[in-house]
Amino acid sequence: MNVTDDLRYVYAVCRPPTAPLHADLTGVAGVPPRQLVHEGLVAVVSPVPERDFAHDALRAHLEDLDWLAATARAHQSVVAALATVTCPLPLRLATVFRDDSGVRAMLEEESERLRRILDRIDGHVEWGVKVWLVGGAPEDPAPGTEPPAARPSRAPESGRDYLRRRRAGNAAREESAARAEVFTRRLHGDLTRYAADARLHPVQSGPLADAGSGRNILNAAYLVPRSRSEEFLELVGRAEGTRPGLRVEVTGPWAAYSFTDGPEAGGVP
Amino acid sequence: MTTASRLPEPYPQGGSNLADILERVLDKGIVIAGDIRINLLDIELLTIKLRLVVASVERAKEMGIDWWEDDPALSSGARRTALARENEDLRHRVEQLERRELTEGGGASGAPRHDSRGEHERDR
Repeated sequence: MNVTDDLRYVYAVCRPPTAPLHADLTGVAGVPPRQLVHEGLVAVVSPVPERDFAHDALRAHLEDLDWLAATARAHQSVVAALATVTCPLPLRLATVFRDDSGVRAMLEEESERLRRILDRIDGHVEWGVKVWLVGGAPEDPAPGTEPPAARPSRAPESGRDYLRRRRAGNAAREESAARAEVFTRRLHGDLTRYAADARLHPVQSGPLADAGSGRNILNAAYLVPRSRSEEFLELVGRAEGTRPGLRVEVTGPWAAYSFTDGPEAGGVP
Repeated sequence: MTTASRLPEPYPQGGSNLADILERVLDKGIVIAGDIRINLLDIELLTIKLRLVVASVERAKEMGIDWWEDDPALSSGARRTALARENEDLRHRVEQLERRELTEGGGASGAPRHDSRGEHERDR
């Protein structure tokens, strides 16, 4: 492979790591990433072929879920490996430069912003916490609590019974949703107080998230000092199982993907 | 989507779940203008098929996507609004049905018929 003709894919920026990366670690094009140092900042890059990463080819590839999934996993695996030896600042997928000098120019131009964020995330990891509503609320009041006249199969002739039945169903759903919301708010509040920073992401849905997990009602990220991660996880663990019908899921530790913008209040779900 | 569903639940350590990975690498992480510039919003796969995974609230709003605010399945606010609306509709319907009962069973006086006409006009 003629490396000089290749483009440069950048995964993350960090301070010079204290330990080298695993030798068998491979990046998005199956090539081990290397470190490009420029004035105290390190860009972790790997050569990628122009036939896959030039503008039109890359655009076409991004429409292919298999290619996208493989590339996303490779990107994340490099960032994750880096996160075991330092606190990297991850770049958005598919940040590509023509050559090494383009990467150096970027490190120079963005130096101030990069250093500011690196300072902020130093010594921290990101934990993802999601709450899922599983099983769902009861659709109807318990059997036996309604007169035969209000059976669902019958047209609601009188109206009054129909309304009463619907009200009871709505009330049960409302109550269940309200309880889930109270739990979620409290959990998010507790975790936010514990974390250095927090972000609320849109709830997950769609084909990738739908694996029989229920309905996602909280999708948050917390920036937590490495040294307090264990306590943070204990806090989440204590909340788990206190509410039947709700499932708490933790992912991580991640590099600080969600904290690469300015500081922000956690907000309320 | 077999990759995602085959993964162990419920604690994908290190984030092996594809939805979680895509959410982070496509929507989080610092945006730096490279030499090859592609607007991820132009990628149909990302904006249409995976929109819930990748669209941040602000960006989605810019794109005119704010379904979760109106979708009862995604927003508790919308859920409440939908329930309130349904309640109102149902009350209205019950009112109509009870009126009809009055008209049909209650007698031949002109008043109920006048009422039901009034009801009709109010609907318009």
